[in-house]
Amino acid sequence: MDIASLTIGQIRKGLSRRSFSAVELAAAALGFAEAENPKTNAYLHFCPERALEAARRVDEKLARGEDPGALAGVPVAVKDVICTKGVRTTCGSRLLARYVPPYDATAVIRLEQAGGVILGKTNCDEFAMGSSTENSAFGPVRNPVAPERVPGGSSGGSAAAVAQGTAVVALGSDTGGSIRQPASFCGVVGVTPTYGRVSRSGLVAFASSLDHIGPFARNVRDVALLLKVIAGRDEMDSTSAFAPVPDYVALLDGQVRGMRVGLPREYFQGLASETGDLIARGIEVLQRLGCEVREISLPHTDYAIACYYIICTAEASSNLARYDGARYTLRAGGAETLIDMYRSTRGEGFGAECKRRIMLGTYVLSSGYYDAYYLKAQKVRTLVARDFSEAFQQVDAIITPVSPFPAFKLGEKLDDPLEMYLSDIYTITGSLAGIPCLSVPCGGTAAGLPVGMQILARHFDEAGMFRLAEAFERAGGVSG
Amino acid sequence: MKITEEQVRYVADLANLRLSEEEVRRFSTDLGQILAYMNKLNELDTSAVAPMAQVLYEAEETAVLREDRPRPVLGAEAALANAPVGGGGFFKVPRVIER
Repeated sequence: MDIASLTIGQIRKGLSRRSFSAVELAAAALGFAEAENPKTNAYLHFCPERALEAARRVDEKLARGEDPGALAGVPVAVKDVICTKGVRTTCGSRLLARYVPPYDATAVIRLEQAGGVILGKTNCDEFAMGSSTENSAFGPVRNPVAPERVPGGSSGGSAAAVAQGTAVVALGSDTGGSIRQPASFCGVVGVTPTYGRVSRSGLVAFASSLDHIGPFARNVRDVALLLKVIAGRDEMDSTSAFAPVPDYVALLDGQVRGMRVGLPREYFQGLASETGDLIARGIEVLQRLGCEVREISLPHTDYAIACYYIICTAEASSNLARYDGARYTLRAGGAETLIDMYRSTRGEGFGAECKRRIMLGTYVLSSGYYDAYYLKAQKVRTLVARDFSEAFQQVDAIITPVSPFPAFKLGEKLDDPLEMYLSDIYTITGSLAGIPCLSVPCGGTAAGLPVGMQILARHFDEAGMFRLAEAFERAGGVSG
Repeated sequence: MKITEEQVRYVADLANLRLSEEEVRRFSTDLGQILAYMNKLNELDTSAVAPMAQVLYEAEETAVLREDRPRPVLGAEAALANAPVGGGGFFKVPRVIER
């Protein structure tokens, strides 16, 4: 058994043939992950007791001849912005370094009910704000493919764990690209589902109208299976959708002939780079598979970043107001008045990027600026979303790059926040529209750095998105 | 676009955020730069566009109100477990009411 390359299918076979027990697998996976973790800092902490207990339940079900669940025995990593009862959930922040949630996120409950084994919690940018995982209060994550480079962010720890083989699948969260961009940087598959597809109950809020929980895996089949397990209506999140969740894996039939695929011209202008060349080769593969490729236009693309960073910072400034020194573990010493306690706790607890976003969000919501910035951005969001609904009248899926460039060096972009924001251009538009998006590996640069191809689909058409991604993967991607 | 240090201090007060002098200087530059970029939205005429506060999609009517029935609650002890200072079933904070 090669732990670092296991698939869900291999685990199912191994358990049913009694080649290993779930407890044996959990113990081996924990040992491997703990030994390998210093190379990347992907995990912030492990939860061995919880993992072994979950594995024991799987073995008991197997012994009784019961169905142990779709994720039986599968080692899972969970981003540390997703609440785990009794297991620290720090959000990569000093402020929550000692926070132990009194409840589980719905996605966590569902994946454990399906037999999943949570090994530990993964590192991320503080409160999921960042594109490199360098904003973690607990040190950056190194990209397992190129240790001097970032894994992307903000779900960099989850992407790195799956790429490194210290988890078979992982949960991340995505507000403007925080699953897809690290998936592309680390060479794994990452999915941002339709807004409302997966309950946000237990996901620590950053920007509520944009936040998603989504899965990572090393192949499309596994990522689709994990999404099936965690998706669906949850009465703990009133924005979660009632739409039925299809059996995504059963629908992976490789049939993409005649599928209409759109290439937004605004995304490919001036993309003369290794990334552009690899995406172009990816598109050729789709054509060989029988997809009908055509150029489309998403005319408001150029306004998406300004729109997104107004909305997400406004929502963040409101969501992060709860960290006031009264309720969540950290309180600065010496405060004599309530206001003093708020201000010094927040001043000490938040890192630079969180402060910057709280400041921006407070500014755009403040009296005299609300209409000019926040309301204006909400109107532009309508235009960006409308671009997609018009495009999806002509095509079934849209193909774009995930990031303008592959993984960059640690520290390379830390000094220029605006430049870091601008690099989110390809992922932000889909987030604003709330459509499902996925990053699938699309070869590597001459230096061996992975590049991801993004597939976007209509609201709730994850099945079509997975079918296209899996056909691409089955054809060998760009090296096939 | 220029955001003065005085404006930064005003916004920091609204946000209940204590900033160092160095942070005030830094954010004065950063916010000015980022907000200047955001002014790009003014190129668009949005007078006839409705604002989007939430993702909307074609779907059946959804009953967002769940059934109102009793169920187990968290309980004061669990809810207070993360309090920096607590006791007697309360979050304790500096005195806000003068006797």
